Amino acid sequence: MLKPEPSLPDLQYLVAQSGLTREQLLNAYQQLCLIRAFEETIADRYAIGKTPQFNMAAGPIRGEMHLAVGQEAVAVGVGLFLTDADAVVSTHRPHHHALAKGVPVDKLAAEIFGKATGLCRGKGGHMHLFDAEHRFACSGIVGASFPQAAGAAFAFKHRGEPHVAVAFAGEGAANHGTFTETLNAAALWQLPLVIVIEDNLYADSTPKWAALAQPHQFQRALGYNVTTYLVDGMDLIDVARAARQAIARARAGYGPSVIEALCYRYRGHFEGDGEEYRTREEVERWRQLDPIPRLARRLTALGWADDAVLAGLAAEATARVEQAIAFAEQSPLPEPDEALVGVFR
Amino acid sequence: MSMTHTITGIAPAIAEAIDQEMAQRADIVVLGEDVTYWGAVFGFTMGLFQKYGRDRVIDTPITEQTFMGMAVGAAAVGLHPVVSLMFVDFLGAGFDQMYNHMAKNHYMSGGQFAMPVTVLTAIGGGYGDAEQHSQVLYGLFAHVPGFKVVVPATAYDAKGLTISALRDPNPVVIFGHKLLTGLPFLPFEGIADEPVPDTPYTVEFGKAAVRREGRDVTLVAAGLMVHRCLRAAEQLAQQGIDAEVIDVRTLVPLDTATLVASARKTGRVLIVDEDYQSFGMTGELAFRIQADAFDALKAPIRRLAVPDVPIPFSAPLEQRVIPSVERIVAEAQALFGAPARATAR
Repeated sequence: MLKPEPSLPDLQYLVAQSGLTREQLLNAYQQLCLIRAFEETIADRYAIGKTPQFNMAAGPIRGEMHLAVGQEAVAVGVGLFLTDADAVVSTHRPHHHALAKGVPVDKLAAEIFGKATGLCRGKGGHMHLFDAEHRFACSGIVGASFPQAAGAAFAFKHRGEPHVAVAFAGEGAANHGTFTETLNAAALWQLPLVIVIEDNLYADSTPKWAALAQPHQFQRALGYNVTTYLVDGMDLIDVARAARQAIARARAGYGPSVIEALCYRYRGHFEGDGEEYRTREEVERWRQLDPIPRLARRLTALGWADDAVLAGLAAEATARVEQAIAFAEQSPLPEPDEALVGVFR
Repeated sequence: MSMTHTITGIAPAIAEAIDQEMAQRADIVVLGEDVTYWGAVFGFTMGLFQKYGRDRVIDTPITEQTFMGMAVGAAAVGLHPVVSLMFVDFLGAGFDQMYNHMAKNHYMSGGQFAMPVTVLTAIGGGYGDAEQHSQVLYGLFAHVPGFKVVVPATAYDAKGLTISALRDPNPVVIFGHKLLTGLPFLPFEGIADEPVPDTPYTVEFGKAAVRREGRDVTLVAAGLMVHRCLRAAEQLAQQGIDAEVIDVRTLVPLDTATLVASARKTGRVLIVDEDYQSFGMTGELAFRIQADAFDALKAPIRRLAVPDVPIPFSAPLEQRVIPSVERIVAEAQALFGAPARATAR
């Protein structure tokens, strides 16, 4: 989705109106860089042992792998306004959400490598990441995040706590009954819930036009009297402006919102995806909207950072990712009998 | 000395248990369809709405997957939801959130997230409700790791097992047989005016109850079938066969030791189940018993269950497939060499 690129006075106006500070935006820039570096490094390690014959069981990272390169701004723009006590329920493509929620990058990496030092002691893996301390959960089942986040929101409201729950999901998941069921329940009970639909145009391989009777989720949300925002998901500032309002509204007791963020994943649905359903030209076109250089240009225009500052932030992020990956690679695998414990508490 | 009062049926006993726990604890909320005025239809939540109001006893939209998902999310942040799955037959509409999330999140998270959820559901036929409202299906839940499976046969057990469930940090599903509820609109085959302690108490999971001691044959059952076995035992006694009747009480965890001890004593075992026959409780119990009592068995273990057909509507058809007292007697006699009239293998 293209919105008018703001002139400098308009950019200053938008940022001032949004309440975003220099520190927040520099922090956001570094998070974007960290997530990008994390996802690309995971892609690199995931590929080990999987060429020339692609075999999901081979190499240091097993199973499926769904990466969010290109979608970083959606997670970061929302995460800026969340506390550790707020809850996030994510999806099969969860790394950017986890990192934006504050999940430690080293334990996250270790879990993806199936190591004993991972978030879940190697029991969950890439699609089943949990961090109780940061109230982060996810599910590999499409459409599962909506009601679980609504349940956390219900608990917060029930106890009179000022916390918010966020459900992330794709536009494909929004076709699941849980989306509209949850919209109804959350609006009915005015739950402190924010549903973020990352519309990356494809549900696995199925283009949006082949699966959606109407082009936008906000149309559905409005049918349930749920406030909605249609945002440019490749623009950190646009996402953050909406997220700030939606989260503040939820926290203040005024009920749920939907943020529909149009975005794009540069990599396949999964690593190994042949991408028969789209062209390289389309991918390149979306790369022109890449959230990282866009935010960099704006920070520069605002006079809030120069090239050296931005390069320094990016280098720090890359170093943290490298440390985390090294931690994961050097960590021990779990003892086999760990598999036999933990069904019940 | 503890005072008692009398209760007829498991439904008021379950409701009393929830009431007594809710009065002591703020973390319990009741969710589901028709849980207020109608007491979850089968009486398990009767009276709670009048006492605790809609803040804690909440009618949900008819959206099993969404309110089961909400229970998962609410439990993850510290509530203990009591969720009504009105008829167990409706599990298809909500089972993803139950078997992929409720049952697994504790394990998948490496033990980080407790999942204290108590699910109440009504089971069984015998009153003409046919294929989609008469099933038992606890075997499905017992098959998936992560559910505790509770099948109360008496009011005393119903109250004590429910309090145990409400104090358990794991998902517990309580399967209450409709013909044991004691509700005026259904036949009743349980114990009338059963003495039950006034104060809260627990019945431990994984402890079977020997309902009748005997020397010649062991009848094993759960729920309604315990009572039919007891009636069958009376008839068998008139024929000089002294039957022991064991109520397993909980399928998960299962008290294998009590079953094996009884099998070793009598040498003959009949397992009676109102669930479908194949790949279910009868096969599992038979396997566990033979594994530790094979040398003491005087005859192959027999079983009587619903013979792998749906529960039909018309009375003679329904009576043909749900184990009856007469059929239990015949199957028990067959353990002594008499030809069984039943066709169950």
